[in-house]
Amino acid sequence: MNARFEPDNGRRRDRLLLIGFAVAVLAMPLWMRPFGAAYPDLLQRFAIFGIFAMGFNILFGLTGYLSFGHAAFLGVGSYTAVWAFKLLTVNVLPAIAFAMLVSGAFALAIGYVSLRRSGIYFSILTLAFAQMCYNLAYSVLTPVTNGETGLQITRTDPRLIDTWISGASNLIPATNLFGLEMKGYAGFYFCAVVLIAAFYVAMRISRSPFGTMLRAIKSNQNRLNYTGVHSRPYALAAFVISGVYAGLAGALLACTDPLAGAERMQWTASGEVVLMTILGGVGTLLGPVLGAVIIKYLENIFSAFNEQTLHGVFGFLPDGLENGVVTVAGLFVGEGWHLTLGALFMVLVIFLPGGVMEGARRVGGRIRRWRAAPRAGVRRLAPADSGATPGD
Amino acid sequence: MSAFDEDNDRRKVLKAGLALGAGLAAPSLIYTRNAWAANFRNDPTAKKTVMLGFNVPLTGAYADEGADELRAFKLAVKHLNGEGDGGMMKTFKPSKLTGKGILGKKVEYVSGDDQTKADAARASAKRMIEKDGVIMFSGGSSSATAVACQALAQEMGIVFMNGLTHSNDTTMKDRRRYGFRHFFNAYMSGQALAPILKDEFGRDRQAYHLTADYTWGWTQEESIKAATEKLGWKTVKAVRTPLGAGDFSQYLTPVLNSGADILILNHYGKDMVNSLTQAVQFGMRDKQVNGKRFEIVVPLYSRLMVQGAGEAAKGILGTANWHWTLEDEATKVFAKSFGNEYGAPPSQAAHTCYVQALLYANACEMAGTFYPPEVIKALEGFKFDGMGNGPTEYRAGDHQCFKEVLVMRGVQKPSNKFSLLEVVKVVPRSQVEYPVTMGGGELGPYKA
Amino acid sequence: MDAVVLQLLNGLDKGGAYALIALGLTLIFGTLGVVNFAHGALFMIGGFCAVTMQKLLTLSKKVKDESVTFFDSYTEVPYLRLWLGDAGERIIDYAVPLSILLAIPVMLLLGVAIERGLIRHFYRRPHADQILVTFGLAIVLQEIVKASFGANPIPTPAPAIVAGSAAVGSWIGLSDVVSYPWWRLVYFLFSLAVIGAVFAFLRFTTFGMVVRAGMRDRETVGLFGIDIERRFTIVFGIAVVVAGLAGAMYTPILSPDYHMGMEFLVLSFVVVVVGGMGSLEGAVAAGFLLGILQSFASMNEVKSLIPGIDQIIIYMVAVAILLVRPRGLMGRTGVMET
Repeated sequence: MNARFEPDNGRRRDRLLLIGFAVAVLAMPLWMRPFGAAYPDLLQRFAIFGIFAMGFNILFGLTGYLSFGHAAFLGVGSYTAVWAFKLLTVNVLPAIAFAMLVSGAFALAIGYVSLRRSGIYFSILTLAFAQMCYNLAYSVLTPVTNGETGLQITRTDPRLIDTWISGASNLIPATNLFGLEMKGYAGFYFCAVVLIAAFYVAMRISRSPFGTMLRAIKSNQNRLNYTGVHSRPYALAAFVISGVYAGLAGALLACTDPLAGAERMQWTASGEVVLMTILGGVGTLLGPVLGAVIIKYLENIFSAFNEQTLHGVFGFLPDGLENGVVTVAGLFVGEGWHLTLGALFMVLVIFLPGGVMEGARRVGGRIRRWRAAPRAGVRRLAPADSGATPGD
Repeated sequence: MSAFDEDNDRRKVLKAGLALGAGLAAPSLIYTRNAWAANFRNDPTAKKTVMLGFNVPLTGAYADEGADELRAFKLAVKHLNGEGDGGMMKTFKPSKLTGKGILGKKVEYVSGDDQTKADAARASAKRMIEKDGVIMFSGGSSSATAVACQALAQEMGIVFMNGLTHSNDTTMKDRRRYGFRHFFNAYMSGQALAPILKDEFGRDRQAYHLTADYTWGWTQEESIKAATEKLGWKTVKAVRTPLGAGDFSQYLTPVLNSGADILILNHYGKDMVNSLTQAVQFGMRDKQVNGKRFEIVVPLYSRLMVQGAGEAAKGILGTANWHWTLEDEATKVFAKSFGNEYGAPPSQAAHTCYVQALLYANACEMAGTFYPPEVIKALEGFKFDGMGNGPTEYRAGDHQCFKEVLVMRGVQKPSNKFSLLEVVKVVPRSQVEYPVTMGGGELGPYKA
Repeated sequence: MDAVVLQLLNGLDKGGAYALIALGLTLIFGTLGVVNFAHGALFMIGGFCAVTMQKLLTLSKKVKDESVTFFDSYTEVPYLRLWLGDAGERIIDYAVPLSILLAIPVMLLLGVAIERGLIRHFYRRPHADQILVTFGLAIVLQEIVKASFGANPIPTPAPAIVAGSAAVGSWIGLSDVVSYPWWRLVYFLFSLAVIGAVFAFLRFTTFGMVVRAGMRDRETVGLFGIDIERRFTIVFGIAVVVAGLAGAMYTPILSPDYHMGMEFLVLSFVVVVVGGMGSLEGAVAAGFLLGILQSFASMNEVKSLIPGIDQIIIYMVAVAILLVRPRGLMGRTGVMET
């Protein structure tokens, strides 16, 4: 008998989920094409912010602690990666490794302090730390971060390991994985593989006893403490893990585009990852990635729609109506895409707090109930398959 | 009972999945590689139009300049396609522009907002290159975005014609083969302004610098400091202010009791509008320090900023790349063309962007191809005239244009709402030139 | 000494803005129990009330500008100037103070609408949900303003009579160097007046008494048979009006743009936390305190000791207080002390 308390059914389903996810992600350049989203830069962003949101979900979704400071870890990861490029080598592996280490250390420090409080105090503490880090990166630590101008690779960087292996270089090298340049689709596939690996890790965490402990913290931390469990180390571990994910995302951002700017550390960037997680579905596995894809798609594609595109879409309507519809729709696309985002977010929080995943689940449940319901003249002998809420 | 034989079946499924994924991905990989090897990125030979990308700040501290830049770009595209009144295409020489687009292909454009931030600028530029297939992109009003985009241009093999960027680094330390700058730089400003400052304010002054905290602010502060210290001025203090800070009171209050009698504002765009207006609000221009009148200097000027600052800018000295009140034929033609189209004369940002667009188109015509290394070679060392700055040369060694520089002053009694600046001196090229090795930096290879 | 007085003055106008926003936040949190992340956006909307007023007063007519010769240029002449001449000019000049007349009803209406339509349903929901929905609301408000007014700051000058600086130095016997812009002093006095009005309302009316009791202990008030939820709409409305007024009068100091709300929001939350969640006096005191602290931290002497201190001092103080004394400077014991 297994010591684990999940049935075999669950493990098989997880495996299918992982394989399905992997195939979907690797095939993105194909099925994204009709949406106009198949160019490398956007696909890379899907993968990178998917990782970021997944990590955030481990903290917010499982333990319920709402942190507004994760953008700081993203920034730290980016800066560390670029410094690794400058000092050691443009091979991406050391950069990623260092970025994860350093952002994990940061997360440990900030988490240790912030987790002494909970609820709204915790949120404000993380907010304060994030803004502090942003201000430090922007104005104070300019020798390290280059402030507003951003940190870039230059020709005259030391790059110790590279020079030791192949001598000084005359050109500005491109970031690569043992020779495979991180540009274009190759960069995307690298990020996609990392995304799938991160998904697997998140899945294992969620299914493990550790994950269950985190869920217990979310349901009622006080009660958990009363039973004698020391809950804070678990919360801290979750915080650090989500920080490491954020650092990984930041490092990948730097690998595919070797410029680290201070903007990615503002607290509004943290707000964006909160939006992604909620939009997709807090606490679910696929939700954050879905949310990241939707928001990045809106940001890049929706915001480029203009009058002509709308007229193209609504061309089948009669002229007067078409103009009216285009004017109204025009408020919500192009520069107004943020409005769509905000409105969508509000609607979700009010009516569907579980995000897109919950919506999908409800629709799926409704379909299942409809199919299992007795129809006139035909009696189905299906067992208790009707409308029971499926687990995740 | 589960039919899954754990290890074996799992491995089979993983292998199948990988194979499937690789199989699906293979066509795209091959496709991208071919797109690279045979020709060059975004080669328009097979198409009937060429696409240009305009990456300008529409929000942020330099948004006004950005909006004007976009207007100039649109006008340039119009003129290149033979519409409108032709603008400076009539005065530009030596010109191979035909008014039928570039090399017979109609010019189209796509625009993006870089938000005056380096991150956003690169992302927007990448989108234009990868999704919209632009063969050249231009813009930038903040030197941070310009430096970031120039580096991107070099990486991706697409030419970047710098718009409004004043930092020394753009064509010194951070120069790139795929980047070209027409606008003047901070060193030139310093060289042009210093003699006028000496005449107006004397040799014995204490200067306090307020500097925008990024590459442009740093290099301008450095250049002005060097130029003024050579005159004999002392720099009391140089304080960095964040880009886009709206409220400068916390930086202005220490100025008054620091012993300085000249305030040098290394700010541009909205920053300068705010800092100058607030400095005047704090009563700085009415003060007497060290027995002399307290003065304010704004080394980089623009009509748009003066419009925003209103009363505060009267009598303040600064430098500019170009101004619409210059007397030469090209300036008049351009100001008229732009004015008729948009109802206001062009700013220096608009002027430089218009000129850059025309220069790129002309370089393609001269090279006879869109292939970037050839276009770049055509631009390097190119000498031209009739673009509003007198005889100009695109120096091959650093891709910087060398021409006359203007020293401007805010008019005390403007005759109309656009004539807010007057030209104090037109500084000849020889006074602002410097050796090509200054500042270091390497252009890099022709092939990206 | 001059420098100290200057920096003190400098902290007062910013501190006034922080205090007003924090006052509203504390009212909402203490009475309704709702964490309102949209308060910064409401401050911003107050600023745009001033912009609207200015636009209304300067509705103009296009007149051909004869002074520009080589292309057709038009200048705009405001109707008020055409009809009323000098008096009209004077009215346009006072656009910002006059905007108070516009701001109060608009913000009241907006506050009532938000409370009735949205906040009401979130009283019982966890704080995280409240934060999220008000965050979404803030984004929507911001975007509506951006769509209507454009993305760039719109300068709104103060009336000409107060546009210069006051020779504060000569009033208190210091040197002439100490001078401070009039409008900032006016703003400081205005914020004191508004704070005074709110406190007076809470102190001297029955309604205010009920609100204060509710802030102290909502359950007992309910046990007395008083339905406090009916009062919530008005309290929310008052908080929103206060934020709006703060924003409207702040426009000459910082040109309003759609994003300024978010910037002030973080600082306001820090102020509320430092002052004590649920303590109105604490919020006001902490607002001024932090404004002055930030001002002193930007003195060159201090910055040379610890570079960059001015950027992070407020956050450091917040972190310190949250760790050492989570109920804030003047908060009551037991409020959210987990």
